[in-house]
Amino acid sequence: MWSNLPLFPARASNMAGHVDALYFALVAIAAFFTVLVAGLILYFAIRYRKSRNPHATQIHGSTALELLWTGIPLGIVMIIFVWSAVIFFMQTRPPKGAMEIYTVGKQWMWKFQYTEGQREINELHVPAGRDVRMIMTSQDVIHDFFVPAFRIKADVLPGRYTSTWFHPTVPGRYHLFCSQYCGTNHSGMVGDVVVMEPADYERWAASGVDGSLASAGEKSFQQYGCSMCHRADSAGRGPNLVGLFGKPVLLDDGLTVTADESYVRESILNPGAKVVSGFKNIMPTFQGQLSEEEVIGLVAFIKALGNGSANLPLPVSEPNSGDYPIAPKAESSAAKSDKTAAPAKNATQATPVHPAAK
Amino acid sequence: MEAASHSEAKTNYLNADYGIKSWLLTTDHKRIALLFLGSITFFFFIGGFFAMLIRLELLTPAGDLVLADTYNKLFTMHGIVMIFLFLIPSIPAVFGNFLIPMMIGAKDLAFPKLNLASWYIYMAGASFILYAIVTGGMDTGWTFYTPFSTTYSNTNVITAAVGVFIVGFSSIFTGLNFIVTIHRMRAPGLTWRRLPLFIWAHYATALIMVLGTPVLAITIVLVALERLFHFGIFDARLGGDPLLFQHLFWFYSHPAVYIMILPSMAVISEVIACFSRKRIFGYDFVAMSSIAIAVLGFLVWAHHMFVAGISTYAALIFSLLTFFVAIPSAVKVFNWTATLYKGSISFETPMLYAFAFIGLFTIGGLTGIFLGAVGLDLHVHDTYFVVAHFHYVMVGGGVTGFLCALHFWWPKMTGKMYPEAFAKLSAVLVFVGFNLTFFPQFLLGYLGMPRRYHAYPPEFQVLNVLSTAGASILAAGFIMPMIYLVWSLQYGKDAGPNPYRAAGLEWKTASPPATFNFDETPVVTWEAYNYDEIDAPDHGPQKGVEVAG
Repeated sequence: MWSNLPLFPARASNMAGHVDALYFALVAIAAFFTVLVAGLILYFAIRYRKSRNPHATQIHGSTALELLWTGIPLGIVMIIFVWSAVIFFMQTRPPKGAMEIYTVGKQWMWKFQYTEGQREINELHVPAGRDVRMIMTSQDVIHDFFVPAFRIKADVLPGRYTSTWFHPTVPGRYHLFCSQYCGTNHSGMVGDVVVMEPADYERWAASGVDGSLASAGEKSFQQYGCSMCHRADSAGRGPNLVGLFGKPVLLDDGLTVTADESYVRESILNPGAKVVSGFKNIMPTFQGQLSEEEVIGLVAFIKALGNGSANLPLPVSEPNSGDYPIAPKAESSAAKSDKTAAPAKNATQATPVHPAAK
Repeated sequence: MEAASHSEAKTNYLNADYGIKSWLLTTDHKRIALLFLGSITFFFFIGGFFAMLIRLELLTPAGDLVLADTYNKLFTMHGIVMIFLFLIPSIPAVFGNFLIPMMIGAKDLAFPKLNLASWYIYMAGASFILYAIVTGGMDTGWTFYTPFSTTYSNTNVITAAVGVFIVGFSSIFTGLNFIVTIHRMRAPGLTWRRLPLFIWAHYATALIMVLGTPVLAITIVLVALERLFHFGIFDARLGGDPLLFQHLFWFYSHPAVYIMILPSMAVISEVIACFSRKRIFGYDFVAMSSIAIAVLGFLVWAHHMFVAGISTYAALIFSLLTFFVAIPSAVKVFNWTATLYKGSISFETPMLYAFAFIGLFTIGGLTGIFLGAVGLDLHVHDTYFVVAHFHYVMVGGGVTGFLCALHFWWPKMTGKMYPEAFAKLSAVLVFVGFNLTFFPQFLLGYLGMPRRYHAYPPEFQVLNVLSTAGASILAAGFIMPMIYLVWSLQYGKDAGPNPYRAAGLEWKTASPPATFNFDETPVVTWEAYNYDEIDAPDHGPQKGVEVAG
């Protein structure tokens, strides 16, 4: 065990260097002030010990000194603030064109869905040299997606999407931790991020895929009757979703929102929250009827409609022919999605990173 | 406290009355302080026991000593007991209670019955928490994050939450009592700028207790309503927001950090001045920095939520405000250090603890800068770096300050001296053991070891072994004072009214003091820390005050 004592985490993303530089600067500052204070205390304690200096000299204070040791630390922390804010902007603003991986956290596993259709559990394959954006939600409690080698971390919440991104640089196998306490097996909610050479990744990605995430979403779109109202023409009872994604949407209360993943998700699960201007609040909620994976499929499909890589299916029935079809019960859909969430055939089976994980 | 029967014929607060009833129905602030001292010491060792089990589990990477559920309960119970039943009441309820009336020349706190009620409320809340522990424990973490606490945990969340809710009122009552007492009951001549800095820091602490604790109470009621009746406050499926919980929780719990550290700073100012025989350098700045900490402390709560899903700009604002709150703490450290300059320094046990405090708190404070730097926090958040940081502040600062106070005022409280050599040894053990326990955790955190992990990858083992080894030394350092302080009650030398020749009105009473502290109300004509007058060769009995008894 003594031969194995790392003191510094692997650097495997373009963010690691930035974060480490700030870290080293802060270590230097902290060491300087600790040594300064401890050194002065030791020096004074010895120089002015009672046996050597039996009579204290009373000093009331010095405004100049007070200003100095208020001003200098303030200046230093303001520099640190700006520096860390710059890094934070890089960490929170994914570059355009990043590949997207949808993530569902649940007690106690990580499920990943690629837009091309691969699915993985507790193992995440990514190509070196590409920007990867994680779009994440939780099925139960709050989790947290943490890859120390990438120096990134983001909480994964139920009921909304959060996101983070990274640009892996060095192929290898790295720890993925859940770092927000999530119950019994919190310390077992771990996995591996496998960074691959781009060519290896292409081979991995090409195998064992049966249909993209958007096509799975398209099936749900028909199955749940979405296509009856959200039509490609203006005759639908709901807004036309073609070309919608990423665009501003005018709401009936006069506000404007951008149609991002969170907005689409909210509009599926809580349609009354933000009603599009000119439409009635008539859409039923799908809360409790769709699994998180199905919602992700729908989001991916609507996103694909936005960039023209998918087309709206024909309505399954006449738009004005009657009631909404009854959506399948939540249990059956959840069970089904769990089955399909098994790792893709050729993906390496998830192996625990460390024997300690139970 | 039987020691009081020994030799002295004089009446003091300990021997003024006998029997269990005279303690349970007392309204004497000094006796209530001792009731609190006994209670919180009991809970300190309970919390410490949980900590030892945690460290033993982490000796090996595999989760092999206790089950995962048990481990989760251990760190939850460790946190709840240490924070709500030890750290928050610790110095204010014991030393604030004992000393504030004496330091300002009053006979008691403004509301003696409210003071006693505060102890009973504390015990009632503590009983709920204890009941929750012995009937199976709770596993939410001390932070009670939703929706885990409201929906998913199947442990004694409600019982523990009720306990925390009740204990909060004890804190509010104590704070209220301090504020009124400090405003209304100062001795003639004791102006605000003549107050010991102990009083200033406790005044700031009391403000936080009164203004912050109700928010915790409200938050806990909401958690209970949601758990019992499924109110949609925090549950996203019912239209609630789990982040709302975190905002409300940290709105109290960040200022609560200052409830834990400001009273320690209060103690350090007294001790540094006494053992360097000097006025505190920059009195006004040290006093105002306490108020600044109390105010700014309310404006930084969301730095606990940088990775929680708050907006980019919210995170930046809270990062900026967090840096501001670092400044008054730095000002205090610099002023204490400057106080030593040209002092006449001696190294009694309280001074060793004060040095330990400054060193450990400096590291704790500086590593707070790492966490406030939002770009760096994204890496170290929720790792052992955070665990190390807040233990440096709360144990290195809070507990060290408590031990410093205990050794400094023990002669005043009991009339007895403890064995100095053992006490110095314990101070050294605490300092060494503490650093060995928690410094490796900074390294573990930057390596990426998440907190609250029952099992961990094998490459983290060496640092964990060091940490556990340090914890054993630390435990010895904590147990030693228990033994020699109790021993001193019977066998300690008589302390006399002022064994350290310290300034401050509390030292102008007998040790132990009489029930009403002063035979006649003192009139104050000097500034705090008038060590030049005390140490002057022609210095006789202090002007304005007779030594009572």
